[in-house]
Amino acid sequence: MTTTIKSRGTIKSRGTITIDLDTCKGCELCITACPPRVLSMTEHAVNRLGYHYPELHPGCTGCAACLFVCPDFCFEVFRYDEPVLTVIETVAEVAQ
Amino acid sequence: MSAAKQLPVLDTSVAPSAARKVGDLKPDLLLTQEHNMCPGCGEPLVLRSFLEALSELDVAQRSIGILGVGCYTSFGMTMDVDLVQALHGRAPSIATGVKRMRPDSIVFTLQGDGDMVNEGLQEVLHTAARGENVTCILLNNGVFGETGGHMTATTVLGQRTKNSLEGRDAAYHGYPILIGDLLARLEGAAYVARGSVHNAGAVARTKKMLKRAFEIQRDGGGFTFVEVLTMCPTGWFIPTGEGPDYMHSTLGEVHVMGELKADGRIKSTEELHEENAKRQQEIEARLAAGGLEEDS
Ligand code: SF4
Ligand code: SF4
Ligand code: SF4
Repeated sequence: MTTTIKSRGTIKSRGTITIDLDTCKGCELCITACPPRVLSMTEHAVNRLGYHYPELHPGCTGCAACLFVCPDFCFEVFRYDEPVLTVIETVAEVAQ
Repeated sequence: MSAAKQLPVLDTSVAPSAARKVGDLKPDLLLTQEHNMCPGCGEPLVLRSFLEALSELDVAQRSIGILGVGCYTSFGMTMDVDLVQALHGRAPSIATGVKRMRPDSIVFTLQGDGDMVNEGLQEVLHTAARGENVTCILLNNGVFGETGGHMTATTVLGQRTKNSLEGRDAAYHGYPILIGDLLARLEGAAYVARGSVHNAGAVARTKKMLKRAFEIQRDGGGFTFVEVLTMCPTGWFIPTGEGPDYMHSTLGEVHVMGELKADGRIKSTEELHEENAKRQQEIEARLAAGGLEEDS
């Protein structure tokens, strides 16, 4: 097995958030509330309380929808003065 | 969703530099963000909304809350507001006494549907009819959440609860009481609104209703009432993630969101439905454009 980079792209984040992982109760309300769908729940990792918690991927707009719907007050929301770009490399695995 | 999952995970443990904060972790009037509510419960969202409204109006120092009996009662331990604990259902009567003795304070009750509409229906009705200058806040989830999820007077027809497993049946259980609509008809009620916390837009709108109610009370306008539909996934026996949609399509269809009575005018249910459809479109457009924050 070897890997080769197939393509490069950038994703713009106009905002970002902090997540207080340890107070999260894993309800998933933030996941569906996020308009650009840039939050996803961990599949295996759990927090201090034993719950899966959300992780942020590039593309946040700083809209604060996650903060509005989180019953456990886990989020702080920020807007960047200048949008932040994340370079994404799409990697294809090629079998030898 | 699955597309996002392929993308890298960003660091969310520290606040970024060169960014301005647009949303706080918790309201200033809450001593800690930790609480005992179940995962996916809607009640903390209302807590945030009214505590932020009190701060923004700069009346927190002279606010006195009267707590009913329900899950939300445990917020009494962490809320930095003067509080009185009422017996089940009696909060509006205590609020009446507090307000009459201390007319300069901002007095509000926090009650659930079981507390307000079952245990203490006459208290809230008479308080509204007398036009007492207090604000009653109702957290309506259609079940007695704290004691295991059985039916209340606001449970909608067809809703499954612990003692209506096949759904509420009008012939056997009777019809739900639409408390907001009932109170709006009373001459003494100055402002009656029904919010909901099923999505971010609804939470923002609910906060505005609560703020408006407190403003009216501050200006001596008379009895104000804000009902908020909240999720109780535990009492409804559904997964937490399905709570908002379930609530919006069952309770939300009957207890319709909107300002039921404002500036002396009572709105019909049809009018409210129409308004809601229009607003939802606007909110979705604004979210897509990047934020709710500009909301005035
Ligand atoms: S601020 Fe908006 S875009 Fe960013 S994670 Fe929260 S809901 Fe998603
Ligand atoms: S809404 Fe809050 S408590 Fe629920 S999963 Fe998201 S971060 Fe955790
Ligand atoms: S029982 Fe229902 S209302 Fe009570 S904390 Fe749990 S989800 Fe919230």
